[in-house]
Amino acid sequence: MSDSNPAPSLYAAREPIFPRRVSGTFRNLKWIIMAVTLGIYYLTPWIRWDRGPSLPDQAVLLDMANRRFYFFWIEIWPHEFYFVAGLLIMAGLGLFLFTSALGRVWCGYACPQTVWTDLFILVERWIEGDRNARLRLHRQKKLDLRKVRLRLTKWIAWLLIGLATGGAWVFYFADAPTLARDLVTGNAHPIAYTTMLILTGTTFFFGGIAREQICIYACPWPRIQAAMMDEDTLVVGYREWRGEPRGKGKRTADSELGDCIDCMACVNVCPVGIDIRDGQQLECITCALCIDACDDMMAKIGKPRGLIDYMALSDEANERAGKPPKDVWKHILRPRTIMYTSMWAAVGFALLFALFIRSDIDLTVAPVRNPTFVTLSDGAIRNTYDVRLRNKHGEGRVFKLSASGDPSMRLQIEGTLYDVVNVPADTAQLTRVYIVASKDAAPSNTANTPVRIWVEDLTSGERAYKDTTFNGRGN
Amino acid sequence: MSKTPEKQPGDPKTTGHVWDGIQEFDNPMPRWWLWTFYATIIWGVIYTIAYPAWPLVNSATAGVLGWSTRADVATEIAAVEEANAPINDRLASVELTAIAADAELNSYAVSSGSAVFKTWCAQCHGSGAAGAKGYPNLLDDSWLWGGDMEAIHFTITHGIRNEDSDEVRYSEMPAFGRDELLSSEEIDQVVNYVMSLSGDPQDAGAVEAGSVVYADNCAACHAEDGTGDREQGAPNLADALWLYGGDYDTLVDTVSNSRFGVMPAWNTRLTEAQIRAVSAYVHQLGGGE
Repeated sequence: MSDSNPAPSLYAAREPIFPRRVSGTFRNLKWIIMAVTLGIYYLTPWIRWDRGPSLPDQAVLLDMANRRFYFFWIEIWPHEFYFVAGLLIMAGLGLFLFTSALGRVWCGYACPQTVWTDLFILVERWIEGDRNARLRLHRQKKLDLRKVRLRLTKWIAWLLIGLATGGAWVFYFADAPTLARDLVTGNAHPIAYTTMLILTGTTFFFGGIAREQICIYACPWPRIQAAMMDEDTLVVGYREWRGEPRGKGKRTADSELGDCIDCMACVNVCPVGIDIRDGQQLECITCALCIDACDDMMAKIGKPRGLIDYMALSDEANERAGKPPKDVWKHILRPRTIMYTSMWAAVGFALLFALFIRSDIDLTVAPVRNPTFVTLSDGAIRNTYDVRLRNKHGEGRVFKLSASGDPSMRLQIEGTLYDVVNVPADTAQLTRVYIVASKDAAPSNTANTPVRIWVEDLTSGERAYKDTTFNGRGN
Repeated sequence: MSKTPEKQPGDPKTTGHVWDGIQEFDNPMPRWWLWTFYATIIWGVIYTIAYPAWPLVNSATAGVLGWSTRADVATEIAAVEEANAPINDRLASVELTAIAADAELNSYAVSSGSAVFKTWCAQCHGSGAAGAKGYPNLLDDSWLWGGDMEAIHFTITHGIRNEDSDEVRYSEMPAFGRDELLSSEEIDQVVNYVMSLSGDPQDAGAVEAGSVVYADNCAACHAEDGTGDREQGAPNLADALWLYGGDYDTLVDTVSNSRFGVMPAWNTRLTEAQIRAVSAYVHQLGGGE
């Protein structure tokens, strides 16, 4: 064994990828999705929504300082955070559904990594030219003025996009116009600048430099997705039984060659740098650009489209035998997808239901247990409760408090002779409430008596209650 | 037994040690790791010079930057006190009765008063202010010396039966038994009478005789009907509440040996704003008048 070489290096440097421009159905679809998703992301913070004088007028706002989440007509308080959790569960189930039906459609069309990388490649193409020009520029060793100018222009454009990305992010957390003015004048909070700096840097790095490496090495989703996919999942594939043997040259009647003319168009447009003709690969994000590239080429040589196409693996046998593939809907509608859909819908309906039944009045009652009761000079027993009333309206409201249960129990409010509380708009107010039972009444002489504390909006007549316990001196 | 393989071309050097024919490659640490290691050593040395680090006999090296956690805390406390100075000034200067009407001031007074109470008052009166035997319950509607803001404020400022303050609230109940002012029979009679004021006496036959003893010895302070006198801190004997207990044995002990509850004057330890804050806190606990 003296002739063996040292072990080969386990590290392989990245092969730079220069995707060629392509046009077609899926490319157009991706342009539209990019415009819509980026539009939503960049513009949403600027939508105004009138909520009255005491609340912010930003349609979508995560108000961390005041612990409120505003979404158009919905206002989420911290104790209702399960709405957000529910939405995240729906997002997860939705991802499962789409993956089991359409493979990595999220990766290919809607993932921010894909969308921003797509945008960065577009900018790169505008500045440096298409694939061949970019390859030439890449291979050119000499750092001449033109290369420096092109690189600098590209990086500055990327940085500006990154800045807008980070900027849009912070606008979700504060009033956008005010924050924009503060950012420009240098008066914004350091956290806003830091967040923007970090997001500018990560956007630049992920979209401009790292690109497909994020999908291949950093993202856990490609590893998880296999659990949701099966033979009926529609994925991007190559009809090798139709294309092979590939080869250049004229197709004559007695030619052995398949439809693939080995033009490499599918490889040249691929943003992750793979050859789809090698079969299903971990790297493939199913962006479908190779379908566009191949269809274009098939049209030019007068062959039917779809040499590379969305297809389910289970159709392979049929197609090899020359039979038509199963209907797309039969692939999509199968127990797995129906189950994901029903779970998704169940969570959605539960959230909608919770949204509609949630009361505008909200109260919590915390009995004061130190001490459990107070004996008054006439021998009566008094219990104390901290009642927190939440007014989720845009204007102040007057609430009347009362207690029901044993008729001997009377409710009093600390500091006032009246039984009403004023709660200003969009606030929670803590009120100390007493319930008193006279010396000889039953609740005073038993250990525990259930009591219900009622709150009523005097204007609208809306009522809500909380059940609690009255402690007596016992026996 | 396997033979030690020959050294291959391209293998690193060995350390030169041989144990039973086993040799050890001299693989160096990764360069980046070593440099990080050296950097942490340099960092550590600089850190111990810049910050407090080396223990000495009675203290430690102070560090050239002069940083100290105590100084940090002191700065933070000073900053908080400076921030609170305007509202403390306002609290210390307004009319006592005006505090409750000013929502901002009241909220500040009650929450800061709660902190003062838990620091200075809770030891005797309990963290929930429910008191204990001999230490009044501040939650109920019974007050020895008065329960409005002025009375509470005065009590906290000057205390009760202490030697700290000249304006202290002072009164002293005679030890009727120990000082032989009353016979044990008279004490039994008066205790039964006092018990009859708010409930059932132990010995109904002694009540009438006790009323005479009461009128002669007790009514001057506790009033003829037993409702007490706040001017002298004499408790109401006719209500349902007892500071030391309302059973026969405890009352005999009280009449025989007297009681002498003491509270310090807080004007020597707390600022006027703190006293007013804790007054406001106590006033809103449920018994404020």
